[in-house]
Amino acid sequence: MKKFGVRSVIAVPYLWLLVFFLVPFLIVFKISFSEMQYAIPPYTDLVTWADEVLTINLNLGTYAYLINDDLYIRAYMSSVRIAFFATVCALLIGYPIAYAIARADTATRNALLMLVMLPSWTSFLIRIYAWVGILKNNGLINNGLMGIGIIDEPIAMLNTEFAVYLGIVYAYLPFMVLPIYTNLVKLDNSLLEASADLGCAPWKTFLTVTLPLSKAGIVAGCMLVFIPSVGEFVIPEMLGGAETLMIGKVLWQEFFNNRDWPVASAVAIVMLLLLLVPITFFHRYKARELES
Amino acid sequence: MQTGKLSNWSKWFLSLGFFFLYAPIIILVIFSFNKSELVTVWAGFSFKWYGELFRDPQMLGAAWISLKIAVLAASAAVVLGTMASMVMVRMGAFKGKTAFTSMITAPLVMPEVITGLSLLLLFVAMGQTLGWPGQRGMLTIWIAHVTFCTAFVAVVISSRLQELDESIEEAAQDLGAPPWKVFFLVTLPIIAPALVSGWLLAFTLSLDDLVIASFVSGPGATTLPMQVFSSARLGISPQINALATIIIGLASLAVLIAWWFARREGMRSVTISEN
Amino acid sequence: MTDTVSSPMLEIRHVTKSFGQLSAVKDVNLAINKGEIFALLGGSGCGKTTLLRMMAGFETPTEGAVLIDGQDVSNVPPYKRPVNMMFQSYALFPHLTVEQNVSFGLKQDKLPKAEIETQVHKMLGLVHMTEFAKRKPNQLSGGQRQRVALARSLAKKPKVLLLDEPMGALDKKLRSQMQLEVVDIIESVGVTCVMVTHDQEEAMTMADRVSIMHDGEIMQIGSPSEIYEFPNSRHTAEFIGSVNIFDATVQHVSPELSQFSCPDLACTLSVEGGVNAVEGAQVGVAVRPEKILMSREQPQQSNNWIKGKVQDIAYLGGHSVYHVELDSGKVVMATTTNMNRHEQRLTWKDEVYLYWPASSAVVLYQ
Repeated sequence: MKKFGVRSVIAVPYLWLLVFFLVPFLIVFKISFSEMQYAIPPYTDLVTWADEVLTINLNLGTYAYLINDDLYIRAYMSSVRIAFFATVCALLIGYPIAYAIARADTATRNALLMLVMLPSWTSFLIRIYAWVGILKNNGLINNGLMGIGIIDEPIAMLNTEFAVYLGIVYAYLPFMVLPIYTNLVKLDNSLLEASADLGCAPWKTFLTVTLPLSKAGIVAGCMLVFIPSVGEFVIPEMLGGAETLMIGKVLWQEFFNNRDWPVASAVAIVMLLLLLVPITFFHRYKARELES
Repeated sequence: MQTGKLSNWSKWFLSLGFFFLYAPIIILVIFSFNKSELVTVWAGFSFKWYGELFRDPQMLGAAWISLKIAVLAASAAVVLGTMASMVMVRMGAFKGKTAFTSMITAPLVMPEVITGLSLLLLFVAMGQTLGWPGQRGMLTIWIAHVTFCTAFVAVVISSRLQELDESIEEAAQDLGAPPWKVFFLVTLPIIAPALVSGWLLAFTLSLDDLVIASFVSGPGATTLPMQVFSSARLGISPQINALATIIIGLASLAVLIAWWFARREGMRSVTISEN
Repeated sequence: MTDTVSSPMLEIRHVTKSFGQLSAVKDVNLAINKGEIFALLGGSGCGKTTLLRMMAGFETPTEGAVLIDGQDVSNVPPYKRPVNMMFQSYALFPHLTVEQNVSFGLKQDKLPKAEIETQVHKMLGLVHMTEFAKRKPNQLSGGQRQRVALARSLAKKPKVLLLDEPMGALDKKLRSQMQLEVVDIIESVGVTCVMVTHDQEEAMTMADRVSIMHDGEIMQIGSPSEIYEFPNSRHTAEFIGSVNIFDATVQHVSPELSQFSCPDLACTLSVEGGVNAVEGAQVGVAVRPEKILMSREQPQQSNNWIKGKVQDIAYLGGHSVYHVELDSGKVVMATTTNMNRHEQRLTWKDEVYLYWPASSAVVLYQ
């Protein structure tokens, strides 16, 4: 009886995740090896049973296509580049914010933290949409600058890579601040005092004590920004325009516009492989935190 | 860490940071009351767009679908997430525990396009081989949302469980309560605030999701973000500003209430520990 | 009247507990009598807490058996054992009031409401907490929380009460007051009690019998005074109080007075009573600092004295501890009571004679 209870508590979430998280990846993997066809579903079977012969049609063509058409490689490269620099920007902005919050007194601290998190409780889509009105050619910034007479012609900001950077940093900033803050707030102040007492200048204390001790928070924050950014769809779609190439957008178009499921699957598999290292990195960190 | 006065430098940085975070939102709210169709030129105060929003049957229908899915998905995610947290934090090692923990945390960072695509392909494959689900719609969106929300709920709840002194649960056992009763009489009431915040988090995540829902949805199940996205693609519309204002207002209200509760709790324990 | 041989209330039979390669408890045997307060005393990691948790049922022994009132409960889960525990952190349910905390266990037994109420009332009266019945644990002070925890663990009238570091969460001043109060309450209820502590003072104040644990094994069991006055090993002697141990060789054994030679002493060492060793065997001779007398003049006795130089003085108010360095380099501690305010006390570098009667020393074999 007791064993049964324990087992079912493990089994229910386990099975759910197995069926709705792990198995889907295997299916994506499988379909990436099939060919597109105009049918329902729009792909060929890998395994066919005809005339008492079992045939396995492993089609590597999709992957060859990804390599040959430089659109995909460029999309992967620019996704990683954009995600990387956006993560660096988010870290440079987020760390000082987290640091300042962690140094505030308890009551102020909670209020500030709430203010950082509040935007992410409102719609992501709408927050990105808000930037469209600000950045476009007849948007708030251009109108304002032209009104004062600083510029005569609108600066093109919407539909540029700059807008995508801005959007990622804006949308993901709270996810950078939160883990770093959690880490910094646990930092024992007497360590900083000890360092000062031993003759270390404040900036040196920061570099030799605070920064290394907040490494775990920095790693978590960077992963939380970088990984989803690589596959981001909404931000390049709404702010990046046709010019900006990102793999999430390519996958979306392959799937919804071209209805090419095998290519979309292959794109997803390659993206997953690309993210495998950062994801495992993040997992190691998270699993340690969850199980300890 | 040091609790003390903020230096001028910190104040500067915080102000800039908050300006960056809030300026776009505030602009959005202001222009929702704009009379003009042009979203960037102020032409006088008006509630016109709110009126139009509430007369738009597509928007209202989508909002209703999204709310239903969000409530149901958040509730299921809290149940699954609580179970998963108990397994991760309270149960000893068992075969496959590492795999379990990885599966729980993986959806936290998984790009949405991948999750969406993979779930859709699963539903298609299941529909073909098992005949279920026959048609994609609210049910498939619900399943997808439960799956990724569980991860977030599990993180919130397990961090609360870790803080909970295990000897409190042992004490309940010692006083004669079998494990399932310990969970319902002691563990659950103590971690209830974490369940509430987990539920709220899952609710907002579900309400906010565009990408995954777009993949797994079918005809007749258009969620609010899908509706907003398709009209935002057509261009800026003040109606969306009005909707945004309502969402922001509700979210702020919820967070403020939560914050006020947390503060009151905090104040009470502070006054007690001082005497 | 007939003699009834009462069986022990709690019995530990050849219990071993291993965690992987590590044995936390090694082949322990214990018998705790009805109504007794028994203390498991030892440093951290000595296995005392693991042993207590096996009594409560949170751990199952790898080998051996735990018997409560003659019944083997080794594999009975904690919620079915007639044993209750007061946790070190008190583990009060933060979401329940004092009253609800105390009634929690009774409700699990599905007792009638009226009975529960009477018992809760009685328990709260016992620990003087009646007026706080409606409070939540976070509205109580440390001492009050302890009273509630005690009431809660006594409410079900357990056969054995387990206390895990009962004073661990209290500050020093409150501790000595609560020690006596808790003993009074336990004795008034008459429950058999096993406590775990690392604090020797606490064990000696509260317990009828103390067992010294070290490295998963029980070193000695006895009343507090037996353990202090007649330690059976170097470990026990050093763990309880402070002690001077001289490495000595057995010279002459007799049932009245045995003689030893020691390189630190110019004269022979003599200890009252016989010795369980042959002549020539290596033993330790232990003398507690408070049993050593000091003087500037050479004492009259021919045995048990040494000459040395005062190296350090720790003035503790009521008494002072002198550290005296012998010619051999060994440092011996001696305590004096500071009875007079203006006496000419010994001071640094003074030459002193230390001496003690043969009845004050104890022979240690291991």
